[in-house]
Amino acid sequence: MQIGDTSAPKPILYVDGVTVTFDGFRALNDLSLVIAPGEMRAIIGPNGAGKTTMMDVITGKTRPDVGTVAFNGDVDLTKLDEAAIAQLGIGRKFQKPTVFESHTVRDNLQLALAGLRKPFTVLFAKETAKERQRIDELLELTKLTESHGRLAGDLSHGQKQWLEIGMLLAQEPALLLVDEPVAGMTDAETAETAELLVEINKTRSVVVVEHDMTFVKALGVKVTVLHEGSVLAEGPLDQVQANERVIEVYLGR
Amino acid sequence: MIMKRLFGSDAMALWFLACLLVVTVLVGVLNLATPADSALHVPTYLVALLGKYLCYAILALSIDLVWGYVGILSLGHGAFFALGGYAMGMYLMRQIGPRGVYGDPVLPDFMVFLNWKELPWYWLGFDNFLFAMVMVALVPGILAFVFGYLAFRSRVTGVYLSIITQAMTYALLLAFFRNDMGFGGNNGLTDFKDLLGFNLQTDGMRVALFAASALALALCYLLCLWITRSRFGKVLIAVRDAESRTRFMGYRVEGYKLAAFTLSAVMAGVAGALYVPQVGIINPGEFAPQNSIEAVVWVAVGGRGTLVGAAVGAIVVNFGKTVFTGVLPELWLFALGGLFVFVTLLMPKGIVGTVPQLLDMMRSRKAQNAGETAKPEAPRPAAE
Repeated sequence: MQIGDTSAPKPILYVDGVTVTFDGFRALNDLSLVIAPGEMRAIIGPNGAGKTTMMDVITGKTRPDVGTVAFNGDVDLTKLDEAAIAQLGIGRKFQKPTVFESHTVRDNLQLALAGLRKPFTVLFAKETAKERQRIDELLELTKLTESHGRLAGDLSHGQKQWLEIGMLLAQEPALLLVDEPVAGMTDAETAETAELLVEINKTRSVVVVEHDMTFVKALGVKVTVLHEGSVLAEGPLDQVQANERVIEVYLGR
Repeated sequence: MIMKRLFGSDAMALWFLACLLVVTVLVGVLNLATPADSALHVPTYLVALLGKYLCYAILALSIDLVWGYVGILSLGHGAFFALGGYAMGMYLMRQIGPRGVYGDPVLPDFMVFLNWKELPWYWLGFDNFLFAMVMVALVPGILAFVFGYLAFRSRVTGVYLSIITQAMTYALLLAFFRNDMGFGGNNGLTDFKDLLGFNLQTDGMRVALFAASALALALCYLLCLWITRSRFGKVLIAVRDAESRTRFMGYRVEGYKLAAFTLSAVMAGVAGALYVPQVGIINPGEFAPQNSIEAVVWVAVGGRGTLVGAAVGAIVVNFGKTVFTGVLPELWLFALGGLFVFVTLLMPKGIVGTVPQLLDMMRSRKAQNAGETAKPEAPRPAAE
């Protein structure tokens, strides 16, 4: 697919020929990936396959040596910094739950709400009724309504993961990048998180990096397998799992 | 209404301001309105000493704003304090006029001594009080802005940032020691006579400077309180807790850090400017790295990230220093080091964080004791 091709819908994310080298080590090697608007994609791959580096490139933390990264068809992400990319509508969830521990759950969500970002306007910002309503909705969605006044640092691991997802939603992103959301969760929490992501996917594109195969199965979406910085296989989970090269990479030869 | 919003449920802020007001009025009245031989008389040296403590409290407050709320551990805030002090010192030097030892109508004594024929360009305008006061804020502010812009844009954080702030104040120390800099070399600026035409040595002027320091402390405190409770302040805390999360949320973290750092430097400069006329001298020793480190210890002792704690810590530690250096001068640095270790290990929340906790514990223990003695009595009416 070409950028600017008007016959097909513009991909929300278009990664083409991206290579990233750290001290001679190729973390990403000619990686290409296209995510359609509204799609949910699961990305799997062994450790060191380049999953986190890929997220770093998309969110502006790492600049690629060569290659194209485009958002919504025509926005070149390789020229922008993290804050600008976040404001465009790309949200990122870290592997380790990262919330503001000394703020209340409600304040965590308030800070995440899309809108004010400039220091001077933020200094004089007052919480509007609209903002309050949106926060209440998000509290409900992430099952944190009762904990809204608690400090985020006092939440359980699973609750923190959910709060972080709530914060990402507050940013109203068009594309959500989620790094290992169910690591360290109980089976019940894993199932609920899969449901939550499916719910989120109704209005936004989602890219999930995950090791947990039960979870990926529960999502029931197209899977991309990364290996040594490039795409090894792509397709439905059972098809990918039957792929000989994938079996080789995962189980060793 | 405004008061209510500003303080919320926080009684600490009100207590702090009330104490400050009471002490200021009391000290002023007891110095000026009581005879020198009265038991209630507050001697003038004590007024100047307390005024000095208040200036240190403002410096501590400025450090708490960046360290306690944004997580920037500056070990060079003494530089901003000293620069504000030098700006005030330059004004006071120009006020001396022809009354210097050499009697030159324009040039300060040290310039005559160095055989300089005219005032260097950067001394121009300092005979004007307003100009000098603008410089008190502007010079530290611009230095902090440039320094912070470079450091934060390059994402220098943590211990590396602390080290370069130390290097900054040390570089300034060496620069100000040089006679050619035109700031009096290692003697600094001293022998001040007047401020705004009033003799600095009079009791009235001492009390006025003390009261001005108290007012400046109160205003800086209210400003910090307002900032840290605004949404801007919440972003600052967010940066402290999880900088990358804040960034990926779309906040340009550099801008927030820079704003807080620059404001903090201006506050430190104001503190320095009030300090100089009360101690009567400013010399390059104020740039010494250990001064900046000591100021960080005050904040840690009082309670980081509490604002009131920073001010309390500055006053308590400096009171301790005054007493200690009078009794066992050679042991002070050991005592200070020991205090820092003690506070870090046993009172990580400092005085302001720990004292209410202890009171709570005592209260609940008392309530428990009362509950235990009351229990055996309780079933009695039921048995009847």
